[in-house]
Amino acid sequence: MKPDEKYIIAARELKKSFIDGDKITHVLKGINFEVKRGEFVAIIGRSGAGKSTLLYQISMLDHPTSGEIYVDGENVSKLDEEDRVAFRLRELGYVFQDYALLPDLTARENVAVPLIMQGRSIAEAYEIAEKMLSRVGLSERFNNLPSKLSGGEQQRVSIARAIAHEPKILFADEPTANLDTESSALVLQIFLELHKQGQTIVMVTHEEEYARAAQRIVKIKDGVVAKGE
Amino acid sequence: MALKIKALGNKNAWRVGFFLSYRQIKRANVWTTALIIAVMTLTFLNLVVVTGVLVGLIQSSVEAQRERGTSDVVINKLDQKTEIENTNDIVNVAKSLPQVQALSMHYVGSGTLNADYRRKLREDEKPNKVPSTIGGIDPASEDGITHLSNYVIEGNYLQEGDTEGVLVGANLVYKYTPIEVTGFSTLKNVEIGQKVKITVGKNSKEVIIRGFVKSKVDNNDFRIFMLNSEVRKLIGRQSANVDEISIKMKPEYKEDGPLEVKRILLNNGFDEGAKIQTWQEAEPKFLLDIAATFGMLGNLIGSIGLVVASITIFIVIFVNALTRRKFIGILKGIGVHPKSIEISYIIQSIFYAVVGSAIGLVILYGFLVPFIYAHPINFPFSDGILYAPLNGTMIRVFALIITTVIAGFIPARMIVKKNTLDAILGR
Repeated sequence: MKPDEKYIIAARELKKSFIDGDKITHVLKGINFEVKRGEFVAIIGRSGAGKSTLLYQISMLDHPTSGEIYVDGENVSKLDEEDRVAFRLRELGYVFQDYALLPDLTARENVAVPLIMQGRSIAEAYEIAEKMLSRVGLSERFNNLPSKLSGGEQQRVSIARAIAHEPKILFADEPTANLDTESSALVLQIFLELHKQGQTIVMVTHEEEYARAAQRIVKIKDGVVAKGE
Repeated sequence: MALKIKALGNKNAWRVGFFLSYRQIKRANVWTTALIIAVMTLTFLNLVVVTGVLVGLIQSSVEAQRERGTSDVVINKLDQKTEIENTNDIVNVAKSLPQVQALSMHYVGSGTLNADYRRKLREDEKPNKVPSTIGGIDPASEDGITHLSNYVIEGNYLQEGDTEGVLVGANLVYKYTPIEVTGFSTLKNVEIGQKVKITVGKNSKEVIIRGFVKSKVDNNDFRIFMLNSEVRKLIGRQSANVDEISIKMKPEYKEDGPLEVKRILLNNGFDEGAKIQTWQEAEPKFLLDIAATFGMLGNLIGSIGLVVASITIFIVIFVNALTRRKFIGILKGIGVHPKSIEISYIIQSIFYAVVGSAIGLVILYGFLVPFIYAHPINFPFSDGILYAPLNGTMIRVFALIITTVIAGFIPARMIVKKNTLDAILGR
């Protein structure tokens, strides 16, 4: 059944199992989970609880074993791989724990790639990329390759890339895990500002201190939602 | 909606493919890029040079046959005739044609050359003589046509009025052709200045060896040359008709001239008393057969070269894509169409193939072809050149690029098809 329009994400009876030879590991065991439009949700849980697995399913990076996922009212569980790629380009943004920047591209080019893929000219994409990089405090670093940036700077490039094409939902998987306290605070500050401007954010973290900055915390324990605030 | 999304992805796939490939090439390790390009250049040269040398062996024989043997148009007596009829008329018409630079006429007879004629042989002793074709020349005009004097490897060229002198083809002399098989004989212990006897039918003449000729054209190297006037006497020719006429075209008529001259001579009805052929028609059949065989061999070796090139590129692109599997996953994760990623690898493959081929072309036409032409490879039967006509070379470049594209596309597709999340997480 199609979820209420107020939910930008809705997962129904979501299950994910991994098979390794004869061994089957059930990581997600029938999760029902919703995110409202404009909401900032933090998913927390202990290591191995299934929080990242949940994020990968609802962000369409992985296929659930069973269950349904609705993103912005569309049942995305049924899309083929090519449509999923295109959907991600249009609707979603990602921030990964290890920044996931392309090493051959400068900061500006990294941010510009999804924009060019969307059909913008390179000049236009660069203009937007520069705006986004300035917004995350990297106006002096446009032409630096990732290898010439600190971890915190790389993560900010990653955020700039994730938001440049104005996605409906921003997914962040342990965005502060590899950062020092100062850089982590800066990243979190950017998330809060984005949220203030109406951005829907779903962030996985194992650090409760940072999770508390979110509007709502969803705790995953042993593959099910343990507690929602 | 799905269709709309697909259309959006396809539309920009090429742009992003170019964007990514350009930057990957630009920022790749210079030495790695240089190594890949070097492999492509060597592959290209392997494709062209091996075939080119093989075919060049024969091509040089063909060219030598034309330059030193038949010249551009050759006229011989008909099989059922003893001489070229109306020689004077043919010569007069030929000389009046604008395409013709020069011509030479030869009296030709069959006979023997005897180096042991002065002493009585024992009963069991084999005479030191060889059967041979005796060809008459006018030294000056012959040199203007076939540059025969350039191929005198020992002794001197014939002089005008030297009625006693002969030039002996190197294939008739043991010291230059040390072959001893049944049915093939050579003259032993003959030197410059030595007297030998030529016999044609009932006529004989004692002559002096002035020089030995080795031009790597059988027609010359199996022949004895002497003045036309002397051959005429030996063969007992009463008329002024000769047995062979070689006609050389002016440089600007080298291409179409031979055929035009032949047509004019035919239109004059000279074919009734002579066999008129262009140099191509007069080419020995065995040369054509060997050329075809060598060409086939060259193509076979070239095909193996193509397979090697495709495997090389496959490995290069596969290793490249495999080590960048995570980044390919990230690209897909952030919404870059898989086609863009495949295109970026195809463009990189094309880049390697095009740059490798371009460098190969420069080496080929800027160095190898002119160098080997100036310093031919010394094979016993020809002066080997590197035969690499541009159209054939461009076909090989095209084949190399197509092979490379396929070899680049397959591994890229294999990696791109992997699960996005597995690629990102390195699982």
